[in-house]
Amino acid sequence: MTKVTRRNVLKAGTALAGGMAGILATGRAPALAQGTTVHWLRWNDFVPASDQLLRKQLLPAAEKALGIKVNLETVNGNDLQPRITSAIQSGTGPDIIMLFNNHPHIYSESVIDLSDLTSATGKAEGGYYDLCKSNSADGQKWIAQPWAIVGAMIAYRKSWFDEVGSPTFPETWEKYREVGKKLKANGRPIGQTLGHTFGDAPTFSYPYLWSWGGSEIEKDGKTVNINKKEVIDSVKFMTAFWKEAHDEGGLAWDDTNNNRAFLSQSICATLNGASIYIESLRNADKYITEKGAQLKTDIQHSPLPKGPAGQFAMHTYFSHVIPSYSKNQEGAKALLKWIHAKENYEPWFVSQKGFATPPTHEWEKHNLWDQDKVMTPFKVAGLLGQTPGYPLPSSGKKPAEVLTKYIITDMYAKAVQGASAEDAVKWADVELKKIYT
Amino acid sequence: MAIAETRLYMPQAPRPRLRLLEDERWLALVLLVPTLVLLGMFIAYPFMRGILLSVTNARVGVPGDFVGFANFYKIFNDGIFRTSVYNTFVYTGVTTVFKLSLGLWLAMLLNRNFRGKAFIRAFILLPFIIPTVLSTFAWKWMFDPTFSVLNWMLYHLGLITSRINWLGDPDLAMISIIIVNIWRGVPFFAISLLAGLQTISPELNEAAAIDGAKPWQRFWHITWPLLLPVTLVVVLFSVIQTFADFQIVYVMTGGGPANATHLFATYAYQIGIGTGLLSEGAAIALAMFPVLFLVVIFQLLYIRRVEVR
Repeated sequence: MTKVTRRNVLKAGTALAGGMAGILATGRAPALAQGTTVHWLRWNDFVPASDQLLRKQLLPAAEKALGIKVNLETVNGNDLQPRITSAIQSGTGPDIIMLFNNHPHIYSESVIDLSDLTSATGKAEGGYYDLCKSNSADGQKWIAQPWAIVGAMIAYRKSWFDEVGSPTFPETWEKYREVGKKLKANGRPIGQTLGHTFGDAPTFSYPYLWSWGGSEIEKDGKTVNINKKEVIDSVKFMTAFWKEAHDEGGLAWDDTNNNRAFLSQSICATLNGASIYIESLRNADKYITEKGAQLKTDIQHSPLPKGPAGQFAMHTYFSHVIPSYSKNQEGAKALLKWIHAKENYEPWFVSQKGFATPPTHEWEKHNLWDQDKVMTPFKVAGLLGQTPGYPLPSSGKKPAEVLTKYIITDMYAKAVQGASAEDAVKWADVELKKIYT
Repeated sequence: MAIAETRLYMPQAPRPRLRLLEDERWLALVLLVPTLVLLGMFIAYPFMRGILLSVTNARVGVPGDFVGFANFYKIFNDGIFRTSVYNTFVYTGVTTVFKLSLGLWLAMLLNRNFRGKAFIRAFILLPFIIPTVLSTFAWKWMFDPTFSVLNWMLYHLGLITSRINWLGDPDLAMISIIIVNIWRGVPFFAISLLAGLQTISPELNEAAAIDGAKPWQRFWHITWPLLLPVTLVVVLFSVIQTFADFQIVYVMTGGGPANATHLFATYAYQIGIGTGLLSEGAAIALAMFPVLFLVVIFQLLYIRRVEVR
């Protein structure tokens, strides 16, 4: 047995202090699990079967083909940003990190150039959609490799809309409000989040703003002109629309609440990726309508309605970055290259059943889109979406700051909570000017 | 007679460095070094880094340049920051009053003799023992906009006819996080005050009772003054923890709806970590410091005065 003496204690203390001093001197946490292990951080997929496929089939195959070990970690989507921020600041962490929308722009100085990978994939697959470049390229290089687009469409209950005299989905906001009013009166409101969450909140509030003729920034990239009649009208309309037709709990929803509310049949429609429909396919006998039919037979998808200035969409976009601190940049690039090879990416794409649309034109021809007509609208999601910062030709740091501060979503949420439309717009105007001027 | 040669035993003189450690003043210093290193690494270093960050325009991955007090000027002109300051004071004030009164009441009850006393005392601590994030998630479900069990219960008891929008309404969301904080904090007050109550000699109360003092008089003139030093320490800890609270608000509302429930810590997190504006986030977090510092100074001085008295 080791005898505890004063000298031993002092020795151990000195060693501990020496070790810590070493860490402080280098300014880095000790690099563990380095070498040939590639640490890949992704979200918990809303289609869990895809994560299973990655873990059980694709990654073991990648490990065999590349001679590396892959450590896949999945976290809640809203936790990806905290993870990359702390990883970059501490100079250690995952080798590949998934990001949403235009978030790569926030980290552009701290990630490596992936232009060689994107150029190869783009060339092989008919080119990337414009929204990919806007979200993932900083003007000189690609800072992220596009992974997929989750098309945002309104999932709605066909029979319930039929019952209130709307056999097709309303084409304009006015008509949607009229129909929604009747549906809410029947105890079947529209469900929409106006909370701080990465997907369903901005993919609603941004296109809604654009469809009324508003934008966070003018084309010159310097002028903020949101405090105008069109935007105030859009806020006034939203306030009334919310009270008359929406589930008012939506102010506190994240990206999962509307899925649960729709599947429990307490809302008639919601803007979403196709995850609700895919879940109803996966567990067809679990979700049964009040008429005894399988829920999946009563779900349809529609784009957001038109506003006075046209019809717009913004889709949730996924990409991967390789932080510059990574000791395994080559391994990480090799893994991204491998997983984006058509024969490896295809099984993942198929497992998504249309929830994710690939980022290149080539995949529009895939026969998956012909298998289920309900999913067909998602085929062209990549073609139609705009990106935060519209009408700027490309998104960037400032639109990313606006997005992560939820200014556009909060403008509507404030008014819905009781602020006047004028005050809500004025607040957004002040916040946007702080960023753009 | 043979005289045996004797030699006095002389141990080898210790090396000067070790001899130094025989001096208690030096030994004390050496023994304190690990604590100083830990405090330096985990308290002083991050604190200094925070101050340095707050006077730069650093963003995530970009060290930034010195900008003086520009970040502080910016946040003091920020409506959301002002809301966060107001919320933090309301949150801390309201919860502390409730935690103290409920905790004291509970402590007085637990100080009596009854069957299963030990079990109940342990049971009371549960909210404090369960990891905050875990229990807050359970509360989040209870306040869920669609599936709230509280709404279900109130509806079936005939007390409400439509759903209460717990986390979607700014005022109700604030009330919800306050309820959860009180629920979590009461056991800490109760157990700490119970420990304080047990140090008060029962003879004092008995003597007062014999003199004809009513229960309320006994509490006000005997128990409360004797319990005051413990109460102040407990309130001090609680105020510091509540003022800098993060977990409950982050999990329950994320600072929403529309920034209506942000506290210092959650807003600093959103700006620093979410948006990557580290310097602004540091400035928001540091703005807490003067207030907390004053609270600590005031309470410590008051405790000393009470103890001297």
